[in-house]
Formats: sequence, C-alpha cells, structure tokens
Amino acid sequence: MSANDDVSLSREPAALDGNAAAGLLQQIFAIDITMARITCGGCQSVQPLAALRLYGLPMGNILRCPRCEATLIRAVARDQDCWLDLRGAAALHVRLA
Amino acid sequence: MAADEKSPVSRGFVGRRRSPAQAERVPPGQYVTLDFPILSAGPTPHTPLEQWSFALQQGTQRLAEWNWSQFQALKQTQVTADIHCVTKWSKLDTRWVGVSFDSLLEAAGLDTPPTAYVMAYSDGGYTTNLPVADLLNGQALIVTKFDDAPLPPGHGGPARLLVPHLYFWKSAKWVRGLTFIAEDKPGFWESLGYHMYGDPWKEQRYAGD
Amino acid sequence: MRVPRLAWRTAEIVAVRDESAHARSLALRVDGWPGHEPGQHVDVRLTAADGYQAQRSYSISSAPAAAQLELLVDYVADGEVSPYLTREARVGDRFELRGPIGGYFIWTAAYGGPLLLIAGGSGIAPLASILAYRARAAPGVATHLLYSARTALDIIFKERLEAWKREDPALAVSLTLTRSAPPDWSGYRGRIDAAMLRAVAFAASEAPLAYVCGPTAMVEHVADTLVSIGYPAGRVRTERFGPSGEST
Repeated sequence: MSANDDVSLSREPAALDGNAAAGLLQQIFAIDITMARITCGGCQSVQPLAALRLYGLPMGNILRCPRCEATLIRAVARDQDCWLDLRGAAALHVRLA
Repeated sequence: MAADEKSPVSRGFVGRRRSPAQAERVPPGQYVTLDFPILSAGPTPHTPLEQWSFALQQGTQRLAEWNWSQFQALKQTQVTADIHCVTKWSKLDTRWVGVSFDSLLEAAGLDTPPTAYVMAYSDGGYTTNLPVADLLNGQALIVTKFDDAPLPPGHGGPARLLVPHLYFWKSAKWVRGLTFIAEDKPGFWESLGYHMYGDPWKEQRYAGD
Repeated sequence: MRVPRLAWRTAEIVAVRDESAHARSLALRVDGWPGHEPGQHVDVRLTAADGYQAQRSYSISSAPAAAQLELLVDYVADGEVSPYLTREARVGDRFELRGPIGGYFIWTAAYGGPLLLIAGGSGIAPLASILAYRARAAPGVATHLLYSARTALDIIFKERLEAWKREDPALAVSLTLTRSAPPDWSGYRGRIDAAMLRAVAFAASEAPLAYVCGPTAMVEHVADTLVSIGYPAGRVRTERFGPSGEST
C-alpha cells in the first residue's frame, strides 16, 4: 500500500480499499477486522473488508460495496472517540482470536 | 482532527500549499489553499442532464420541480465567496453562478418556507441538514457554474448546493432537492459526530463544539 | 491472529535510500515496535509546526526479522505527504506511526503455496516483505512474481529481486514495462493483461494463493482475471492504492 492522498489534490479522490480503513477500525475491534467478511445489505454479496471501496477521506471512512456501491460501513475517528455506523452491512463474519 | 499535543513535529512538513493567511477572512484553524481539493463520500454520479431534476419537497408532497432547461431559465445569480472545509482548507474568492434559494421559493409560489429546516439530498445518497434561515436572503444558491464553466462532476456537477457561510460539507454536491422538515435532523456527516450547524467562525466542526 | 493494541508511536528516520527517480525507502527506528508479519502496513501521521496533521498508509517492505523497519514511499505530483517523505524528510526527522495493520494481506509459510505475487509500481512494497521473509523461512515454496513498472528505471528493489531469483530456483520473476523498454529488453511489454497472467499464473488446480498490490485499476483487472481463470475469490488477496485510472 502506498498513500491515501497522494493523488493530485484537484483530481478525483482515489478508490482506495478497506485496507486503508483498517487502522481506524482496528481501534474498535478485538479481533482482526481486516479478516472480516461482510455481507452487503444492498446486494447480499460477501466481501472481505479489503475488497470494499473506501471514500470520504479525510472527513471519515466510507466503505462501499464493490458490486453495487451501497454504503456498508461509515466511520469517523478522532483522537478520543469514534463514530461507527454498520447499518449498511447485513452481517459481519469474523474469526475469534 | 485536533493536533495531539504529544505528537512530535515533523520538521519541514507544511502540508498543502498555503497562501499567507488574511486573518480577518480566514476562520480559526483554517489554512488558505490555492488548490480545490475534492472530498467525496462515494463515487461521482453521472446523471445525464435529460434525467436531471431539482425538487422542493415536503413529506411525500412535491412542492415544485424543475428539469434542467426549466432550471436554467430561472433567475441566475452570481456569487463570489470564500469557502471553508472542515478538513481545514479555505479557498478565497470562489466564483459561482446558480439559482438562489429565494428565487426557488418565488418560482415555486411559496411566500414563506413551509418549515424551519431542510434536508438537502443528492444523487448517491448524500444528505445534509440546514436551517431555512441560513438559506434565505442570498445566503444559499443551487450552483451550476464554477469559475465561468459548467460545474465539473468531481466538484458536484451538474449542480450543487452552495452555502458558503457554513462549513463546506453543507454545500451538498450532486444536489437533487431540498425536503422541508419540521425539526432539525442529522444528515450524512452530522449523524457521524459532525456538528449539526457548522459555523466555521465558531469552529463548530464536531457535535459539542 | 493476535491483534496488538494499536497506538501512535514515534518513528525516527535512520536512513533514506532512493529506489528510483520517484520512490524512496525510509528506514525507521520505532519506539516499542511490536514486530510485524510479511505484507502488513502502517498508518503514518505527520504534524506541522502549527499543528496541522496529515495521515496516510504505507506498506512495510522489510522482512519481519530485519534490523530496521522500512517503508516504501512513491512520489506523486501534487500530493501532500509523499513530496515531503521523498524529497524533504531526512535522517533524524520524526513522525508518528501506527501498526502493524492487516492480517488480511499477510503471507507466512503456514499458508503454503504455490504463491503468485503481482505488483504494480510501488505495490511491490508488501510483496518485498513477503519475499524477504520467504527467502529465509520458506525458500522452497513455488513462487512467481509478476511486476509491472513504467520503465526499466522504475523497477524498485531490482538488485534484491535478482539476488532472490539467483539464490532460489523455486522463485520466478517476470517483469513488464508499460511505457518504454530498453532495446535489449527481454521481459514483457505493456500492462498486465489476461494473456500475461495466463502465462505466469499457476494453474487453479494447484490451489495457489495470489497477492495483488498496486493501482486500483490494475488490481481489479488482475483479480477479476484470476477469478475468471479459476482462482477462488477467497484465494486472491488485494491491496489497492493510488489513482484509479493511472497506469503504472
């Protein structure tokens, strides 16, 4: 992985993936969130977190389904707190430690 | 987004190109940029103009609707404004052309707005909430031109909301309408901890600020 | 997998090395670094004197057992962070680092092979970590690296790739240049396409694992092609970065 920004500032933001959101999400989960498999609430397809398309930087992390573009996970993190909206994900399947 | 007091300073790092701040024009915590950064919560929609429309709604009722030609035939207003993004960049003297909220009300035959708040909604599902009082009297436009050219898709074209006195996330890209609502409700970013109102001069970035 | 507590740690640059005209390796000393697995990445945060902060992610290119943690940074014009890290930052400079992150893109010997590694541009970084680890811990695993770069001068880690290839008959390395090739070039030319992938990929019947890293468009095209030739989607790991439309 290299760089979330370093796209020209005036060009379209890059379609990064869930790997780039992992640092933020890992603050919240006790299990390895990059291994989670996520069922899209829109089209029901199942993807690893890494396959989700990441938008919203730097205001937040918006993870969307690569098939139907539905929003699955929304997260905003600051130093002391984080807001997380998982409503777009029909299910999260994770391995326990 | 506030700097952690314990964060070591990275010598020589400055970040985005910045002009010398003109203090009286720049809200606290902001940096003037010569660029126009793009931030999007999703992929850029590409609604063809033949399918585009803009509506004023209340509940399920459509109060008014305009297709692209009808919208272009409404009274057009030019605006030069400074804009302030919550991610700390400010851009001065941006130039826009569009239809003011006042003109929309007039064209819709509404003497007074039916409620005190609106939820702006956009292609792609983005929403943001605003008090009607902040849209009246020339404070808000639906803009279709930036810098004398059609608004590029990456910056919200064909049309976006422009409310420059609030943080720029309130200026919803790809706007398709305003729904009048009785009570203020959080939109897309507001429901994730961003401020309900967003006055850059009071640094209202997050809920509780 | 054990998930370490992620906290921002201070990293200090102890060495810099230009890998190409555009890319640079930064060797770091990191307070309390817990170690990493091959393929993982870190978040990097820079703070300006006036408090302004910017954060990006970079893959670790060094092996877990290496003495120093190394990141690969590719310069992107108009970027905010990469111009600083590739052109301004020097030995002694500090920033914050959080990690290691990501069990998803890890490969260790326990996963087995054969192993298909596909890199575009600076996407070689996490795969270099995997290859460095593999050279010590699992040199017998059948592995093929397909690496796409713009020109011969943009091939990052050329010497170490050649050394690994020399020392290990189980490792094959194929290179493709997408913009221009020297007259005596014997590798592939052009962007990675289905024909090239079929030529280098292990047969799906061998149950290979694939790791694909690079610009978004390349990664998605390669992943889709591998699935179309029979790789189960679950055995194709991807990591995307950079402009979606940019070739490498």
